[in-house]
Amino acid sequence: MYKYDEYDQSIVEARVEEFREQAERRLSGELSEDQFKPLRLMNGLYLQLHAYMLRIAIPYGTLSSRQMRMLAHIARKYDRDYGHFTTRQNLQYNWIKLEDAADILAELATVEMHAIQTSGNCIRNISSDQFAGAAADEVTDPRPWAELLRQWSTFHPEFTYLPRKFKIAVIASEEDRAAVKLHDIGLQIRRNEAGEVGFRVFVGGGMGRTPMIAPLIRDFLPKEDFLSYMEACLRVYNRYGRRDNMYKARIKILIHELGADEYRRQVEEEFLHVKTLGLDPPAGEFERIAAFFAPPAYETGLPDEIDLSDPDFASWVEQNVHAHKQPGHAIVTISLKPVGGIPGDASSAQMDLMADLAEQYSFDELRVTHAQNIVLPHVAKRDLHTIWKKLDAAGLATPNLDLVSDIIACPGLDYCSLANARSIPVAQKIAQRFASLDRQRDLGEVKLKISGCINACGHHHAGHIGILGVDRKGEENYQLSFGGSGAEDTSIAKIIGPGFSEDGVVDAVEKALETYRELRTEGERFLDTYRRVGLAPFKEAIYG
Amino acid sequence: MEFETVRIVTGNDLATGDVTWWTGRGWSRHIADAVDAGAEAEAVAAREEAARHVNVPYVIEAKATPDGPRPAHIKDRIRAYGPTVRPDLSIAPADEGAAERVL
Ligand code: SF4
Repeated sequence: MYKYDEYDQSIVEARVEEFREQAERRLSGELSEDQFKPLRLMNGLYLQLHAYMLRIAIPYGTLSSRQMRMLAHIARKYDRDYGHFTTRQNLQYNWIKLEDAADILAELATVEMHAIQTSGNCIRNISSDQFAGAAADEVTDPRPWAELLRQWSTFHPEFTYLPRKFKIAVIASEEDRAAVKLHDIGLQIRRNEAGEVGFRVFVGGGMGRTPMIAPLIRDFLPKEDFLSYMEACLRVYNRYGRRDNMYKARIKILIHELGADEYRRQVEEEFLHVKTLGLDPPAGEFERIAAFFAPPAYETGLPDEIDLSDPDFASWVEQNVHAHKQPGHAIVTISLKPVGGIPGDASSAQMDLMADLAEQYSFDELRVTHAQNIVLPHVAKRDLHTIWKKLDAAGLATPNLDLVSDIIACPGLDYCSLANARSIPVAQKIAQRFASLDRQRDLGEVKLKISGCINACGHHHAGHIGILGVDRKGEENYQLSFGGSGAEDTSIAKIIGPGFSEDGVVDAVEKALETYRELRTEGERFLDTYRRVGLAPFKEAIYG
Repeated sequence: MEFETVRIVTGNDLATGDVTWWTGRGWSRHIADAVDAGAEAEAVAAREEAARHVNVPYVIEAKATPDGPRPAHIKDRIRAYGPTVRPDLSIAPADEGAAERVL
């Protein structure tokens, strides 16, 4: 994992002290809320329905055990004993006091963490593949590049006041586990025919009010030009992005209005200029960063066989364990979606346990997934059964990864001041309706995603089944959509018809999945069947 | 039964972020303590915000039920109660039916 150097540490510590003073001035009455709000947002501090909410950055979703323990400690000491892992691989505390916020940031700084770039119209915390460095199918570990982006983007003076927020994701495999084409910039590291490593650059994707799939802007960007090209992409946006209308201010709108070809032309022109400025780091500097992500000292000669005689353990292995590139090892995903639970929430005790397991069995590393689960990336297969037992005892061994109860849900109207409707109770009711694991497994992969408003933090546009909460004359109402995907076959879900009540949408989901069971052919997922047969039979079953 | 519509003032405590309600003399965490501020509501909100007694106050309509004011909008009912999915963290953790009554 990356370790802060003195510059990283000193800028984070300086930021804490700056914020401490700002918060004191607000508490003393010297600053008004209008004056203080942009300052607190630059430090991840929002005011939500019930309290202040603090969003902590987890760069590219990677955490050490020590950092996870600090998150648990803060939840215990300053919040209500739990935290919420988000779809941007971050963590949110829901019950923060302004008078504690600077102390919390100071504690975070001791473990190289902060809340910078988790709000505001800047380049947000970089996201990545949760299996980075472990996935059998990756070209290289994408995280050194994500770290380079972090260093380049943190406090970038030119990009601190962009027209709107800006999200970048980096992957290095054909399988897309980070929804790159639904980001402002999505980067896929790949090799060209000559075997050189470079980037496929997608720009202008996003969800929210106007969902768009990012067009391909560069098919192969040599790694030597990486930062210059990123700078050029941002500069064109910063110059021409719409500042007059916040609903049209994201880069996706600019590219949609200009056209991908014209945007590309402008970026290439700008790039020729930026390239002369010497922005790209020397190879030695990149190598210095990459060295922090060197593979851990795996034990060799470990067996690949797993004793699956315990059927509960076998189900968990089948569902929540993935292939690792190192023989004798595996990737474990810990589901934060127990049936009836709150998607993405973990108690302090659960965080501590996950930290302990990572320390003992996964080279001290954890990852946060955009689907609000936690990964132990480097586990010896011989330890899987022990890990499973410990997880099971803590309510963390639900074997439902990618099944219908592995629901992404944003905080919705239970916590979020922008919400139109609650998301969590809908997720809970659907998970309870499909509580039988046999039934879930029979239904196979179903990515169900719920947002409490059009901002789409719950990624409903990318759900095989997406649910959007709307306000219909003061009542919660839910729009159902089908056919989205955040994977390499990216697509945007389409609304199927009039909305439903909370119970109505649960019934509609069940009817849709029963229809799928009747219509599916061998090996088809819900999404495949929907794409093959279209909406009509589903609509008929649901609306009759 | 039709209850009278009242105008109440709500905001968040500056230091703690807690949801608070204007009681006529100060701020309470319990909506049952909220009073009808009537035509004065906006002036109360402006004055209290300027004095830094409350953060981002605003005026809402509510029905004056025997149990206290019931906000017209679900968002304010959830603010008054707490997250419906965590009754243990709500303002009335011992009241089992409270979350349902919010809706
Ligand atoms: S989608 Fe809307 S309701 Fe949900 S967390 Fe985002 S802003 Fe809040």
